[in-house]
Amino acid sequence: MIELHCPHCGPRNVSEFRHVGERHFRPDPGTTDPDEWRAYLYLRDNPAGWTDETWLHRAGCRRYLVVERHTVTNAVRAVRDAGDASSADVTHARAGDVQPGTTDSSA
Amino acid sequence: MPRLRTRYSALQLVRRGVSGTGWPRAWRSHELTPTADVVIIGAGVHGLATAYYLAANHGITDVVVLDKGYMGGGGSGRNTAIIRSNYLTPEGVAFYDRSVKLYEGLAAELNFNVMFSQRGHMTLAHSDSSLRTMRWRAEVNKLQGVDSEVLDPAEVKRIAPPLDVSGDRRYPIVGALYHPPGGIIRHDAVVWGYARAADALGVRIHQQTEVTGIDVANGRVTGVTTTRGAISAPIVVNCTAGWSTLVSDMAGVRLPVSTYPLQAAVTEPVKPFLPTVIVSGTLHVYVSQTDRGELVFGASVDPFTSYSTRGSLDFVEGLAGHVLQLMPQLSQLRVLRQWAGLCDMTPDFSPIMGVTPVEGFLVDVGWGTYGFKAGPVAGETMAQLIATGKTPELIAGFDLARFADGRLVGEKGAAAVGH
Repeated sequence: MIELHCPHCGPRNVSEFRHVGERHFRPDPGTTDPDEWRAYLYLRDNPAGWTDETWLHRAGCRRYLVVERHTVTNAVRAVRDAGDASSADVTHARAGDVQPGTTDSSA
Repeated sequence: MPRLRTRYSALQLVRRGVSGTGWPRAWRSHELTPTADVVIIGAGVHGLATAYYLAANHGITDVVVLDKGYMGGGGSGRNTAIIRSNYLTPEGVAFYDRSVKLYEGLAAELNFNVMFSQRGHMTLAHSDSSLRTMRWRAEVNKLQGVDSEVLDPAEVKRIAPPLDVSGDRRYPIVGALYHPPGGIIRHDAVVWGYARAADALGVRIHQQTEVTGIDVANGRVTGVTTTRGAISAPIVVNCTAGWSTLVSDMAGVRLPVSTYPLQAAVTEPVKPFLPTVIVSGTLHVYVSQTDRGELVFGASVDPFTSYSTRGSLDFVEGLAGHVLQLMPQLSQLRVLRQWAGLCDMTPDFSPIMGVTPVEGFLVDVGWGTYGFKAGPVAGETMAQLIATGKTPELIAGFDLARFADGRLVGEKGAAAVGH
């Protein structure tokens, strides 16, 4: 993958972005149980195919984006601002949650 | 020692060279059988080593190894072939130390020259904080009897003369962790050696045979469906590294694994000048010179998950910059090729080995960027688990349940390059 099309900045080099990870949502800490919480912490779908994920345009508009990407071909079919989606997405973006298991090789 | 149809030896080489006789095939092809005692998915070093030790140590020979591609075509043929045991956690050190010991005897045991060259493994420190971690690692290593020592810049220069230790570089070399038993190996030879020995003991290896489903009934695994037919078996082992979540999903087992590509590159061959393996965590790079004279470069995983094994210009540019930081004299050297392998990264940089909630379905996955160096010990311990039904002490800490129980084995400090 070479380029990502940012809805705010246009087509930009992918090295400007940080891959945050597969989109997943935090369960309510007040009502969750340990199994659900640990699944939230550690388990991902890791599909070989289309997936929805969160990216941060760190060297551009610094907005969180929702990217639909194919993990085998790295084709991208949709990018939108995380704030344009449901309110749950906004909470997710503010939490800035980082996928465990990634090396910080983009830093 | 397996009963091989033809032993490889200098005498055989001369005899066949003089008489012009060809060599027999190192392993056979088979028709798919409808049943097996054990089905292993993935014919890489882990799958083949598990099959070999099942047959050699426990006499279990009704074993089938399946691979959707060709033998050793995944991570086993794409890693940078570095072997070491200077890890950070006591679990990790004991485990990888056993692996180094097995590698030391492997060529003799398998009658296959695996070209294990214990030329030493040197991890450079560019700051006081990395030196502190190295001191910690060296002490943990020494407690477990693993040869590991912190060096000052003068000693670094004595062991690895191409490095500039003057201290006036952007990333000065302030010391290093030196691990003499570490080194490099010919990874294809390890895979072929295990395959040949396992085949001689009766293990059936099927390449180009993709598993399309795993059959589970009443919480027990009953067999697999493949593109060439079904096999019923009471034990199914997942040794598929980067593809491990796709295979485990078929059995309904979710794994805390994300798949990242890791790229590597190799240069044109030059005269031998680099005596040890050089690693810089700060610069995300490791360099070794093969017996052919090529420099092999590796890095940390790509910045985003993917199942693609294509190389990127971003990577090779960044890599070249980092290598030149360490050794500017290489600036005229040309990169011959680059490639990527898939790494099954876990949240704690330790593998996932052993039983799952589905009875009979075992995993040997989560091998991330450190799978090849663990091949023999992973095979030995998985075989022991299958034969005895008891999880060996050496891998007890690497169970899948640790994520639910909060017992993570944090190896990021020693397993990841980019820490």
